Amino acid sequence: MSMNEVVQSSAPNGAGYKSFTIGAFTFGRDEFFARIAWPTGTHVLSVDVFLRALQRDVAWDFFYGTVNFDSVIGTVNHYGTVDLFAGRYNESYRKAELDYVENFESGHLRETFKAMLEDWTNSEFDPFASPAETGKPFGEKSGSNTSAITRRRVAANRMVGVPGDEQIRTDASHPINRMFADVSQDEPLLEAEPGFENEVAAFNLFAYLSRSDVTWNPSVVSVCKESLYCPTTEEYILPVIHGNDRIEWFVQLSDEIRWEVEDGDTGKKRAAVTMKAGDVAAMPGDIRHQGYSPKRSMLLVWENGSPDLPRLIAAGQAPIYPVDF
Amino acid sequence: MDYTTKFGSLSSYEKGRIDVIDDDAKHYAFSNIFEVAEHAKPWEKIAVGKNMQYVLEVIRAEGTSPWRTCAHDEFPLVMDGQLVLELVKLDVPLAPEGKNGSIAISGEPAGKRMGRITLRRGHQALLPANSAYRFHAETTSVILLQTILGDDTVQKWAEICLS
Ligand SMILES: [Fe+2]
Repeated sequence: MSMNEVVQSSAPNGAGYKSFTIGAFTFGRDEFFARIAWPTGTHVLSVDVFLRALQRDVAWDFFYGTVNFDSVIGTVNHYGTVDLFAGRYNESYRKAELDYVENFESGHLRETFKAMLEDWTNSEFDPFASPAETGKPFGEKSGSNTSAITRRRVAANRMVGVPGDEQIRTDASHPINRMFADVSQDEPLLEAEPGFENEVAAFNLFAYLSRSDVTWNPSVVSVCKESLYCPTTEEYILPVIHGNDRIEWFVQLSDEIRWEVEDGDTGKKRAAVTMKAGDVAAMPGDIRHQGYSPKRSMLLVWENGSPDLPRLIAAGQAPIYPVDF
Repeated sequence: MDYTTKFGSLSSYEKGRIDVIDDDAKHYAFSNIFEVAEHAKPWEKIAVGKNMQYVLEVIRAEGTSPWRTCAHDEFPLVMDGQLVLELVKLDVPLAPEGKNGSIAISGEPAGKRMGRITLRRGHQALLPANSAYRFHAETTSVILLQTILGDDTVQKWAEICLS
């Protein structure tokens, strides 16, 4: 790692938090806010919003496409390098020519974000948890919550429950969530003939999801070549505005989510999509979306993880809309 | 407070909506699994999701299905009802290597019984590549299948999607 890839931070400020510098960006926090500066501007947002977004960006390794922390700040994944931007996908900033983008090696930005997340997250606050199930992120620095912010990302190779793969969740590590207390916990009845125990496999996905201790954090449960089932449990608001670079699909497995959909480039409103149990919908490749879930719900996010897609996307050859009809 | 988790079913579902501001509802290919199953023929495989070659298929499960096989893994998720799944390890794979999607088998499959699985709502199973499988549903049930677009995939987006 070269000198310019070392995480740069300052001594703690009066509230006890370090500031971080990467390229021409600086990030600071006080008791309530994250403050970001770049050569043509500054921005402030609630540290609550900032930490929840930062947590997803770090845990998902910059995810697919654009992760907008809000209407100003965010990252674009180029799968190896990543853009950190201010105002780039905001029409007013663009018109005023106050937007700013800098490209970094993914590892450099990842390590800087991880150090920031570690320093700025207090012991009482879990950025993955529903706000109803965790403490507040505000105030002077008090301790850290390393185990919460470095949770292992679950990713099955074939399917949860297959011998040797990710296993089902039990009371010992994953108690049933308060909002899913009524979800049936029965497991499938497996009657394998001798010698076929490794391939006669099934599990209760709904029970598995009822025991998730995180929100808005897709994890892989089944893999059909590059087709990935990434279900997640959702409560309150998706902490990022996701600008997917490829089509992604949602299957609402339980309850209801409302999606606010904006143009991916300008941020102008395009639609509101209300999904109820059993609904299936695509998110086109040129929008950004943020979900609102009034009760904890089960959402199946379906992704195409094809390694060919980044090249097609860069060449403008990836489809924007899922089907013509 | 006691919370009620709302799942959909053939007998009780409510479709959501798209409020268009500056867009075309067709861009979202918005359908409902139970509505599609309600109007489907038994064991018909209707695409409700498509991402390049990959699809999600809704299957109305009623009675006993024909035997099928596939060159790659597939994953059924039971959205409503109850099913028994039978698996047979084929002596000779019947789906050509690299072929996408499932194919029907005529008659009984030649191979060793692998076992059977009883699946209820919310249960997801593995259909291992090159096994033969069939389902049995005493009462009408609904499957969502993670698979790849194949010969038997029915696409009727205009009929099922909001526009
Ligand atoms: Fe998304």
